[in-house]
Amino acid sequence: MKVRLWGVRGSIAVPGPRTVRYGGNTTCIEVRGDDDALIVLDAGTGIFPLAQSLLAHLPVTAHIFITHTHWDHIQGLPFFIPIFIPGNTIRLYGAFDLIAQRGIEHVMQVQLQFSYFPIREAELKARIEYETLSVGVPVTVGEAAVTPVLMNHPVPDLGYRIECNGKSLFFTGDHEPHYNIYSPGEEGYDEYQAAIEQRQAELDAAIGAVDLLIVDSAYTSEEYPHKRGWGHGTFDSAIELAKRVGAKRLICTHHEPTRSDDDLERVFNEALARHPDFGCEILLAQEGLEITL
Amino acid sequence: MSSQLTPELERKLTTAVERMPAFPKSVQAILEMTRNVDCLPKDLVGVIEKDPVMTVKILRVINSAYYGLPNKITSVAQSVVYLGINTIKNLALSFAAVGILPRFSTTGFDIQKYLLHSLTVAFVARLLCEKFARGEADPMDCYIAGLLHDFGKVVFTQFLSIEFMKSLAIAVDFDKPLHIAEQETIGADHAYVGALLAKKWQFAEPLVECIRDHHNPAAAPSAMMDCLRMADMICRRQAFGDAGNPWREEELSQMPARFGGEIESVIAKVGDLEKILADAQSFAQIGTER
Repeated sequence: MKVRLWGVRGSIAVPGPRTVRYGGNTTCIEVRGDDDALIVLDAGTGIFPLAQSLLAHLPVTAHIFITHTHWDHIQGLPFFIPIFIPGNTIRLYGAFDLIAQRGIEHVMQVQLQFSYFPIREAELKARIEYETLSVGVPVTVGEAAVTPVLMNHPVPDLGYRIECNGKSLFFTGDHEPHYNIYSPGEEGYDEYQAAIEQRQAELDAAIGAVDLLIVDSAYTSEEYPHKRGWGHGTFDSAIELAKRVGAKRLICTHHEPTRSDDDLERVFNEALARHPDFGCEILLAQEGLEITL
Repeated sequence: MSSQLTPELERKLTTAVERMPAFPKSVQAILEMTRNVDCLPKDLVGVIEKDPVMTVKILRVINSAYYGLPNKITSVAQSVVYLGINTIKNLALSFAAVGILPRFSTTGFDIQKYLLHSLTVAFVARLLCEKFARGEADPMDCYIAGLLHDFGKVVFTQFLSIEFMKSLAIAVDFDKPLHIAEQETIGADHAYVGALLAKKWQFAEPLVECIRDHHNPAAAPSAMMDCLRMADMICRRQAFGDAGNPWREEELSQMPARFGGEIESVIAKVGDLEKILADAQSFAQIGTER
């Protein structure tokens, strides 16, 4: 498998000199199976430069897996140029929307409404297919299998485990480690704690000892108490997750949008210093970073 | 019991819950609390888990095949662990948007007294589990069983109102247990219909069994069922709320053996029943009347 990062920023795109090294585009990850099948994880603004790179190799078949439907993970979808070109096939996968009671087709239809975009869904020239996923049920894409795992975010968020010929990766999408909503000693605390621990064990098992783990690490541990409940993890929680599951390599992503490249490296290095015995390679997500598994 | 419900009627009842409004106090509380972006998750859970309709709807979502969970989820708090508080909050808001259950439907069934009954049975069942069945059943499971054991009656009063009104009248006029009257007029009792729905929504099997068999003394006993039955007896004997089935002294002969022979001694061990009643009243919006 080959992995290339096209968007690593959280929340909103932030181009400019302060983010030029790591990149300002929001989440988009290109994964190529051994048979070159194209899997795209999330359609943040990073999907636009990915789309440009695909135009030289038309027609394309793209399997786009949406972790969740917050703007920074879908905003590039109408600008994924292959959707306008006949002969291409775009298959969009994602979670069922519990509140709207609609499948993943809802995301495209909402974005292509008259008020927000000049082209209607019916006018797209590519073949557009939708598949609303069931948690834990793998989808086959060429030689790869993609399994959705329910993560923890203010909207249902699917992490994806991708396996191809013995190699594996997991991307959390946006994810905050579970925390107890009760205080110690309060009625309900013990029951909730037991449920959290069971859930964490289930998640760790679903992620497994992957070759590459890509994790939402938006905050530092110092920032986190003010952001609790916002649905994001920290550098330290990402490292602890990687340790627990035995990941071989860790990439920290979803960089906080106000964080400059210099600040990003500083807080990352501080986190590394707190985990000197960390037994695997750990990297900051960077636009253009390519990894072969 | 066997059901004489037609397949059409079963389908009607299983889809009916979509349109079923929740209880006034929880709807009001959810609308008020969610205006504040910093409202505490535990406060939201505290409201939802006191409303049988909202609880049923949350458990239905989380236990659906979509999530493919290996273990059934039996509490609102557990549902928060899986779905996150913001999704639970927005689900509750969507339930609140359906409207509120009127206190009295055309059947004359008093929905507030029903809620008071369900809540007190839930509270007492949880306490009984902690004191008499520790290690054999989960107190929170007993709470949910108490909250939902008579759920079929809300379905009846909303969607089979004429037949249910007849049942209520027969139960009073001929001094019959309500579930017997329901079997005569509807063809199935609230226990059967409640369990039918719970099973369809893939609730945990012990919960389905408790709902189905809480009026069936011949059913296989379990710690959870014992706690539910005993709590139901205590609350009806104390006239906490009213779910259309007044207490009969001869029911004492059906007291589960684990509690000993004297209902008074069980009540004494449970603790302050008046406090339990007051807590439930504050949510059911009923004052000093019972």
